[in-house]
Amino acid sequence: MAFNYDKYLRLEKMPTLWCWGCGDGVILKAFVRAIDKLGVSRDDVCVVSGIGCSGRFSSYVDFNTVHTTHGRTVAFATGIKLVNPDKYVICVAGDGDALAIGGNHTIHGCRRNIDITMIVINNFIYGLTNSQTSPTTPQGMWTVSQKSGNIDPTFNATDLAIASGASFVARETMLDPKKLEKVFVKALEHKGFAFLDIMSNCHINLGRKNKMNSAMENLKWIESITIPKKKWDELPQEEKLNKFPTGILKEDTNAREYCDLYKEVIAFHQGKRKTITQDDFEKKI
Amino acid sequence: MASKKREVVSSGNELAALAARDAGCKFFGGYPITPSSEVMHEMSDLMPEVGGVCIQMEDEIAGVAAAIGAGMAGVRTMTATSGPGISLKAENLGLAQMAEVPLVVVNVMRGGPSTGLPTRVSQGDVRQAKNPSHGDYRSITLCAGNLEECYTEVVRAFNLADRFMQPVFVLTDETIGHMHGKAMLPTEEEVKAGIVPRKTFDGAPEDYRPYECAPDQPAVLNPMFKGYRYHFTGLHHDAKGFPTEEIETCRKLIQRLEDKVMMHADEIELNEEFMLDDMTGEKGEILIIAYGSVSLAAKEAIRHLRAQGIKAGLFRPITLWPSPATSIKKYTDMIKNVLCVELNIRQYTEEVERVSQRLDIEGLYKVNGRAISPYEIVNKVKEVF
Repeated sequence: MAFNYDKYLRLEKMPTLWCWGCGDGVILKAFVRAIDKLGVSRDDVCVVSGIGCSGRFSSYVDFNTVHTTHGRTVAFATGIKLVNPDKYVICVAGDGDALAIGGNHTIHGCRRNIDITMIVINNFIYGLTNSQTSPTTPQGMWTVSQKSGNIDPTFNATDLAIASGASFVARETMLDPKKLEKVFVKALEHKGFAFLDIMSNCHINLGRKNKMNSAMENLKWIESITIPKKKWDELPQEEKLNKFPTGILKEDTNAREYCDLYKEVIAFHQGKRKTITQDDFEKKI
Repeated sequence: MASKKREVVSSGNELAALAARDAGCKFFGGYPITPSSEVMHEMSDLMPEVGGVCIQMEDEIAGVAAAIGAGMAGVRTMTATSGPGISLKAENLGLAQMAEVPLVVVNVMRGGPSTGLPTRVSQGDVRQAKNPSHGDYRSITLCAGNLEECYTEVVRAFNLADRFMQPVFVLTDETIGHMHGKAMLPTEEEVKAGIVPRKTFDGAPEDYRPYECAPDQPAVLNPMFKGYRYHFTGLHHDAKGFPTEEIETCRKLIQRLEDKVMMHADEIELNEEFMLDDMTGEKGEILIIAYGSVSLAAKEAIRHLRAQGIKAGLFRPITLWPSPATSIKKYTDMIKNVLCVELNIRQYTEEVERVSQRLDIEGLYKVNGRAISPYEIVNKVKEVF
């Protein structure tokens, strides 16, 4: 039987503001299926979005939802999560949100390893505002703010997340909704900061001047730059150039989660334990 | 806050934190900045003691964002900073105004603009506190003038934030924040008895309209995760919180942000009238208008002036915004000689001029990071009147 999305959607807000053929809808549906698979009550889920096309994600799903300022999803979510450690808090951000204006919050959310799932919908461009360069725009592509061709080096979002200390890091594309659903389930089940770079298309504002004028052409390009991790690991270095591995790139189930650690702070201040020392941590400096 | 029964020796910044705890605050998001850091230091002890959370975030923006997040979730929440921090937090403060999220913001003022005089006193953020963010809304700004008020005004700010569902500023300054001394406080029980939590809706979730309220009333925002799934946004929004561009809905929303405060300004107004009760309007009387730590020097100056036979008195707004227009006008109508004393250049004088409709208000302004002494005020009075 086909999956019934109605229960999870704010149907009165449909149709979405997203363009025909946009990947955001595919990602939203996969997310909803993941929540359903986990059997979580809608009341126990909070979705926090930022600014950009992805910012509208939160208004379409029937959870506790917050549409914040540009780039600040993780900071708002941190406040929500810390006073509700047993609830599911999910950030949905764009590549501009997560890696440019909000880069600092992304880094420190990863570093704290707070139990938040961060879905970055990465369409390689500022779509909503008509084609400005984003941190993930490939070098040499046309953007409206760099009509000569983008000279800014391309950001690898998952490298940043891994280096910053996120305990779960994965990349998928909207080409395979089944895989997306699976990775969402895994990320939501993971205790700690789960960072997901979800590559998606914007044939309208990335594609139109970069020879990817249809969703199909844009998706074919995404397919051409992504390689499943297993295959990736066997590739020689020169073949990895300008390509990105997909799949689960990091999964550390031993890393201490921030809300749990804060319980130790509370225990200390309530006289239930001694001070926290370096011996409390596996990694010592 | 009628009877004061608790004697403590503390500093302004520590008292602000103590007040937050007693007022039921459960979350503090902050970032180190002189001269307000001690508020966070104290909160890092007090919050976990009561099962709350104090987190030092990665920057000022994140500090207020996390605090607003906790406020959206439904708990009493606070941040503290100084002028440069407010500048950074401004955009998110606008979101809290628009989405009507209660929050207390303590600003321990230092010299500005920019990095200014980080360890020195100023009242340079009075104008900023009126409109830190873009757009139309009415800021509520309280200003502590002594150690006790670092406590009582923070308590009052929490109750006002929940009453009006918006950020409430408490301005203190480097002098008062770092002042150490004895303060007579209301008891914890008294403060707890005075807590008026935010209104909530307890009908059926399908009937819940968080932003559908009387034109002069704030939104009714239920805590998250309790079965009332709604939407927060900084966009213009409808009764359920969803983005809209519908003309009347947009107009009503912004008008309500204005009216919910301005039509109830009497609930927010608080002043001190010092040696004004014997004023009659006869020639030679002096009205000094000052607020915050400056009022301590002003009171001292008034005692000196009176000892010398000059009849002077102080009007001190404790609520700066919305300004106590009627009260100011009452005295500026009665008393001819008016002197505003501020640690900035005319920031509140302009408001006094506006509400009094007088352009002959004298001023004593100091912007070198040093406090104004009583003698400077005495000399100024003798010089200009």
